[in-house]
Order: sequence, then structure tokens, then C-alpha cells
Amino acid sequence: MRTSSRTRGRSRRTATAAVAGLATCAVLITGCSSDSEGGAGSDGKIELRVGTFGSFGYDNKTGAKLYAEYEKLNPNIKIVENNVSDGQKYWDTLKLRLSQGSGLSDIQAIEVGYIAEATSPAMAGKFVDLSTTDDVSTANFLDWKIKQATTPDNKVVGLGTDIGPMAICYRKDLFEKAGLPTDREEVGKLWEGDWEKFIEQGKEYQANAPKGTAFHDSASGLFNAVISSSPEQYSNSRGQLDWENSSGVKQAWDLAAEAAEADLTAKLRQFDEKGSWNAAFKNSKFATVVCPSWMTNIIKDQAGPENQGKWDIAAPPVAANWGGSFLSVPKAGKNTKEAAKLAAWLTAPEQQAKVFAKAGLMPSTTKAMESDEVKTAKIDYFGDTPVGEIYSAAAQKIEPAPIGRYDGQVKTFLTDNGILDIEQRGTDPDEAWKNVKNLIEDKIDQ
Amino acid sequence: MATSVRAAADGSPPPAPPAPRPARRRKAPSAWRSKLYRLDVKATPYTFIAPFFLTFAAFGLFPLIYTGWLSLHRVELGGDAEWRGLENYTGLADSDFFWNALANTFTIGVISTVPQLLMALGLAHLLNYKLRGRGFYRVAILAPYATSIAAATLVFAQLFNTDYGMINGFLGLFGIDPVNWETEKWPAQIAISTIVTWRWTGYNALIYLAAMQAVPNDLYEAAALDGASRWRQFISVTIPSIRPTILFTIVVSTIGATQLFGEPLIFGGSLGIGGGSANQYQTLSLLMYEKGWVTGSLGQASAIAWVMLLLLLCVGGAQALISRRNRKKTGAPS
Repeated sequence: MRTSSRTRGRSRRTATAAVAGLATCAVLITGCSSDSEGGAGSDGKIELRVGTFGSFGYDNKTGAKLYAEYEKLNPNIKIVENNVSDGQKYWDTLKLRLSQGSGLSDIQAIEVGYIAEATSPAMAGKFVDLSTTDDVSTANFLDWKIKQATTPDNKVVGLGTDIGPMAICYRKDLFEKAGLPTDREEVGKLWEGDWEKFIEQGKEYQANAPKGTAFHDSASGLFNAVISSSPEQYSNSRGQLDWENSSGVKQAWDLAAEAAEADLTAKLRQFDEKGSWNAAFKNSKFATVVCPSWMTNIIKDQAGPENQGKWDIAAPPVAANWGGSFLSVPKAGKNTKEAAKLAAWLTAPEQQAKVFAKAGLMPSTTKAMESDEVKTAKIDYFGDTPVGEIYSAAAQKIEPAPIGRYDGQVKTFLTDNGILDIEQRGTDPDEAWKNVKNLIEDKIDQ
Repeated sequence: MATSVRAAADGSPPPAPPAPRPARRRKAPSAWRSKLYRLDVKATPYTFIAPFFLTFAAFGLFPLIYTGWLSLHRVELGGDAEWRGLENYTGLADSDFFWNALANTFTIGVISTVPQLLMALGLAHLLNYKLRGRGFYRVAILAPYATSIAAATLVFAQLFNTDYGMINGFLGLFGIDPVNWETEKWPAQIAISTIVTWRWTGYNALIYLAAMQAVPNDLYEAAALDGASRWRQFISVTIPSIRPTILFTIVVSTIGATQLFGEPLIFGGSLGIGGGSANQYQTLSLLMYEKGWVTGSLGQASAIAWVMLLLLLCVGGAQALISRRNRKKTGAPS
């Protein structure tokens, strides 16, 4: 009797242990997949998450407070922005999440350098087609802007937020000390029509420069500016990668290498995560920075109040468009319908005008671009500079260049591995070019 | 039976240890009960260790095999697999980036592991003395190990900042020009090694200390009688006595160095994945990550993972050989 009772007891314990063990395993195995996030919050509101990089000017703190406004108009919505400073890292992460279909925000911003990758057949299917969304009016947008985000079968994967008409922002006080003119008209004339002249002015500045300052912030910035002003960039008119034979790449590379070798730059990487570039704004390490309209907001934030009134904006040597982004709605998001509504609202002309007034992001809709609100806009930080006028004029001269699927990646290799290497480590430009060629062959051709 | 039931109901301690076997044999149990009993005896241990093996199969074995399978294919992130045979491996052999990463992994490994283990030995030796507040020091040297890689690396990245960092500021006091800790190859590798050394020295020191305390005191007394100095004792008694432990730490550190990832990644900031503008501190793990998640070539990334595994197996094999030789030499039972 005793024996039997013990046996039964033990076998029961065994079974319990086995079940417990299996349950543990099951929990461990399924644990990762059962995370619940987003969706309706505890207060019954729909939470919409917006993933951005750099500055979009929507936020409630320093931006145009558009989130707060939308939440007021739609009391059932709560918006959370998730912002990353480094655009390259942002895109790498986004790509990974898209392929896995998880961890995505309801709205994801896409930079123009990557929009061709987003419209490629492998990826386009992962986004909601915004051309069929009720609140979207695709006719609002600049023709070339909406085309960039349109797939061959006429699906629209992203709505343009802004474009990047370019100018040159410069420090009046440093120019004066170096014996250069400070009036924006005269400054623009110094280098009108030719990037080579810009380099020449740089050499003149450097000869008389205040100690510890450089003419330009980074050779990569210059590279981006020059290539942005070229009708031929990384890909040919059929969208195929052809960077090696591109006259634009060649010219931009040579000029950037020249600037780097002549020590005209502060040898910084733009947008670096450690903030050396940001700190250099504050510490007045350089006198000029290539200035697409969105850059004005960065200058305001980084150079800070102590440098207010010292910056001005002049016309660039050649008109160009650098940057500009899109808002996309990934299909894997939790509330695609509400997200598309929000994306449409954020990119509508009225909102774009507000963002320009606050953060200097040039509208990508013709209506907003031509509005008085934009044309007469000024930014306190830049004093009486007619910011709206300068950028509206620059926007008219933009000639869009063909973009291809790998442009963003190639650009990163050329600047982060090529130009930066010449600039910071003194690598010979020919050597650096070879390295970049190897890199691109290794990383892009699978 | 009645007692035992009541006892259990009372919530008192479980019944006494198993009754002696003869007691069980006296009452012949039915056939299925004895079968059940035998099954119980045989299966229970396996059930208890099953959670480990199931977890290992799911999180260790399956990824290992799947990675091997992937490494023979061309797989784009989010796309379908396409058979490639050994092409991913031969591609690695032709790739400058692979050899560069391998060389970096090796050099960073050497300049972090060697000073780290030497310093750990010295520290352990010091802590082995009878000194006041010994317990405090022993805990204190483990503190860096308890710090997260990310936090430590961020702090070190600030210290090594070329323009604003404290280290260049300090060097400046002696009239030394600022060192480009991030952009120049060797300074960058040294900076990264410093972080690794800082984190792991105390950990290894504690392992050595534990081994040193197991060394019989008689040996030291005998050595002291023979007139050996403290240093002589350290070289001739301590080091030979803890040789297996030293070998163990070398192997563990080598494995750690081969998998080095977090430190260079965070140290490099935006350029971390590529290991600097000219890949000057890109390690194998970073290359694998870049291949897999930045360019999306999962097949090539898997090939790198397998090459790393093979390298580590070689290290393990070498360790087994050396320790066997070691045992023969010291005459210890194997």
C-alpha cells in the first residue's frame, strides 16, 4: 500500500515536472513573438507612431506643433514620433523591419536617396498605395516629386514632405574677419555659376582666416552639393547604376578631394552621432555650409542663440536640390487607414506652409510653394534674410535628375568611405576611389 | 498510508526518504506498475534535462544548421533563397574586406587580450596578499565587468574624442599633438582594445585569484625556506600551479576577441558598422552584420558566421592539444 501510494505520487510529480518543463520551453519559444505594441491604447485612443530621421518640423517642442493640432482635430488619435538622427542608420533599420514585417511605425519617412529602392518591385508591395487613399490629392505635388515615389504600375508609396532647394549659408562675422564681403548679394556673386569659384573663395578665406576656423564644414557636404546640382548623378536615365561613368560624380569627387587636400574643410562628418559636427556649429569651426532649406533649422538648433544673427544665406554657385523626403505607410502597420489619413494631412499644402514657416522645410506641393506664407517667410534666427524668397527662387530652378535604386547606398560609400577617408586620413584620392569601387562591387553586386 | 496523507494535508514536510528496496520487493507489484516504475526511473532524468536540450535545439542547433544552409545560398533580405554552393565561401577568400576584417580581429584581439591577461595576473597576485579591505577590492575590480558595453563604450568614445576628449587634452599637457583616435588605424584599434581591457581585466583577475588560493601554502613555505623572493615565488610557484587556469582564460578571451562587436560598433558612431571610413577597425562580426543587415546579403553573412565558428573550433582544438601536453608534463591525471 505504501509503495503504491509513493509510486503514484512520484509519477504524478514526474508528470507535473514534465508539463512544467514543456510549458517553460513553450513560453521561451513563443515569448519573442507575442509582444504587443501599438494599436488602441488603454484610454481607447488610437496610437499612431511616426518614424522620422533628422528634422521634419512636425513635433510639438521646436516644430510647427502639427501633432498637437491633429490630435485636437481628431480626439481619438494619439501621435508618438520616433526620431533618429542618422538617416543612413534609419534606413538600414527600416529595411530590416520591412523585410520582417514587424517593429514598424504606422508612418515611416523615406529620404529621396532611398525612394527608388522603396519603389523597386521587391519593396513596393510592402507599402500602402497612397494614390487610392481618399484624403490624398496627388495633383497637389510637384510633378517630379510625386513621380519619384510612383512605381511603374502607378502605385504611390510615399507622399512628398519637402524638397531641398539649395543655397549657401555663411557666417557674416567670419567672412568679415577674413576680408570677404558680407552682403548676401555680393557673396552670391563671388561664386556665381561655378563650383570651382567656390573653392577659389575658400582658398582666399583660408589664407586670412580667423585661427581655428575652416571655410567649409565637410568635403562630403560639398560633394553632395555639387552632385545635387548635376543633371547626371549615380544612375542613368533608365535608373541603372552607372556612377563610375557619371560626369556629376566625377566633378563632385574632384572638387571635394581638392577642398579636402587644400584643408578648406573642418574635416567633419555631417550628422555624425557623436555630435562633433553639431558641436562645431556652436564653436564656430567653419564659415560656410551647403544649405538646402531644411538645413536652416539644423543651424538654428545647433549653432544656438549665442550665434544668432551671425548667419546669412546666399545663392549657390549652381541651383540644386539636395534631399527632401516622403511619408510612407507600411502595410504591416497597425492602423494603416488612420495612418494614411495622417500622412495626407501632414503633407497637405496648409501644413507644409506651416512647417516651412517654422522649420524651413520647402514645400513639395505647388500650392504651398507659391503661397504668400512661404514666399514672404522669414526665420527669426536669420534676421531680415528673405528666406522664403531665396528658397522659392531656388526651387524654380531645380532640374530633377534620374535616381536609381542604389543611389542612397552608393552616395554613402562615396562620402563616408571615400571623401571622408581623403579628408580625415589623407588617403590619396586615386587610392580612395579604388577603395570605393571595391566596396560598391562587394556590397551592392551580390 | 494514513499518516502520510495526514502529514501532507497538514502541509508538513514531505514523507521520509525512499524506503529501502527490500520493502518494495516484499509486496509483489502488478506487472504494469513495475513497468511504470522502471520507466519512471529511466525517463525522469531525461525529463528534467529536457528543457535545456529543447531550448538548445531551438536556439542553438537550429540556427546553426539554418545558417549553414543559408551560407550555401544567395539570399536577399526578404527574398527567396537561390542555390549557390560554396560560392559565398570562395567569394570571401577573394574579398579584401574579409581579410582586412580578419586581420583587424586578430590585431585588436592581441592588443586587448595580452595586456588584459598580464594585468589580471598582476592584480590577482596583489589581491592574494593579506591586505586590509581585501573584500572591497575584490568587488571593486569586478565593477567594470558589470557595466554595460554600450555605456562603457560611450564614455570611452568621449574620452578618446579627437577634438574635445580628455585623453588628447592630457597628452596636450606634455606637448603631444592630438592623436586621431578614431580615424587613424592603430590609435583606433588601441582605443577599442582599451575598452575591452578595461572591462575584462577584473573578471580575469578574479578567476586567477580563485586559482591562486587553491595553491597549497606548503609550496610557498618551502620556497621561502629555500630563500626565494616574492617575485621568484610568483614565477616559480604561482604561475606553474595555475597554468590550466591561464590556458582557460586565454581560450575564453580569444573567443571573446573573435566575436568582438559592440565596442567598435558604438565607438565608431555613425561609421561604426563599417569600422571607420577605411574599415580600419572593422571586425569579422561587424562585417557579418554589415553584410546581413545593411546590404541584405544573408548568404554571405552566414558564410562569415560559419568561418568564425570554424576558427573558434580550431582555437578549441589547439587548447585541447596544449592542455593534454600540459597534463602529461605535470604528470597530473588526465
